[in-house]
Amino acid sequence: MIRPHRSHPLWLAFVLHRISGLALALFLPVHFWVLSLMLTDRERLDGFLLLTENAVVKLAEFGLVFLLAVHIFGGLRLLAMEFLPWTSRQKTAAAAAVGVSILVSGTFLFQAI
Amino acid sequence: MTETDKNIDVSVWRGGPSGGSFQRFEVPRQDSQTVLDVVAWIQQNDDPTLSYRFACRVGMCGSCAMMVNGEPRWTCRTHVDKVLKNDRLEIAPLRNLPVIKDLAADMDPFFDKWRKAGGVFHPTKSRNDPVEEISPLEEERQNANAGIECINCGVCFAACDVVAGNPDYLGPAALNRAWTLLNDTRDCGSQSILAAVSQGGGCHNCHSMGNCAHFCPNELSPMTSIAGLKRATALSILRSGS
Repeated sequence: MIRPHRSHPLWLAFVLHRISGLALALFLPVHFWVLSLMLTDRERLDGFLLLTENAVVKLAEFGLVFLLAVHIFGGLRLLAMEFLPWTSRQKTAAAAAVGVSILVSGTFLFQAI
Repeated sequence: MTETDKNIDVSVWRGGPSGGSFQRFEVPRQDSQTVLDVVAWIQQNDDPTLSYRFACRVGMCGSCAMMVNGEPRWTCRTHVDKVLKNDRLEIAPLRNLPVIKDLAADMDPFFDKWRKAGGVFHPTKSRNDPVEEISPLEEERQNANAGIECINCGVCFAACDVVAGNPDYLGPAALNRAWTLLNDTRDCGSQSILAAVSQGGGCHNCHSMGNCAHFCPNELSPMTSIAGLKRATALSILRSGS
């Protein structure tokens, strides 16, 4: 359970940024390893690419695109917060980053299915 | 205040630096009752050994901050109505600070960090010089004005998870003070302030969670000040080239 002093939008935005960053850090080595199969073992790579037709994998890809998008837009929000003139609409900016990420990953999902 | 027939089930943290536990009290509910009124009632009517800190009772002095139902609050201006959950209150000493006894936290680390962040005024004039005219319309003065109403209550320090995780972190209040001084045209210590706030544990440790701005009882935004310091230190490095 989220402790009372943490239950506000900007803390949740912070946690989302951390979790998405950690998840992407775990994903990227696997991603590069799969890409390396193009040079080392093409048949195995084809096997992996066939997996992407699976509905569960498509859903997982949606999650992945969401994590990537929310980390990018969340990161841009933080850069804007720290380097552009201050605006008081920080909660709106955090909500916009999540909203755009849902739009991007949702579009990806609808194109995939 | 008018007493009602309802009671509040209050859990108060009792103990010292080496540890402690919550003790339960039944306190009569009253109209317009503040959390500090509840603590005072317990000390005056039930257990005179209960230790806590307060002074002005009107939100000026910053002495009475405590954790109320898990959130840091100035207790003298926090109405019981607003924080009561199922007729229960849990009151504990401020988080992230050592405990002296019961609800009285040791504020020394908090104020030590104020000094460490370069929060002492560096004057440019002596008392023999005429008073400098400062326009309230200047951008720098407006930046300073936005942060100077800090009452040093320690609420932001207790709310901050970076303070909890990094003992060296200077904390929102100290960095907010440094930002107001940096924007004060009468202060000549800007380089020493920038050096102090960019050391290990300085402004760049802030993760912009915003707990400080969310809980500040005076509705200040230390997060804004810290973002300003990050910008100022980055610009300073770009300008100096090192």
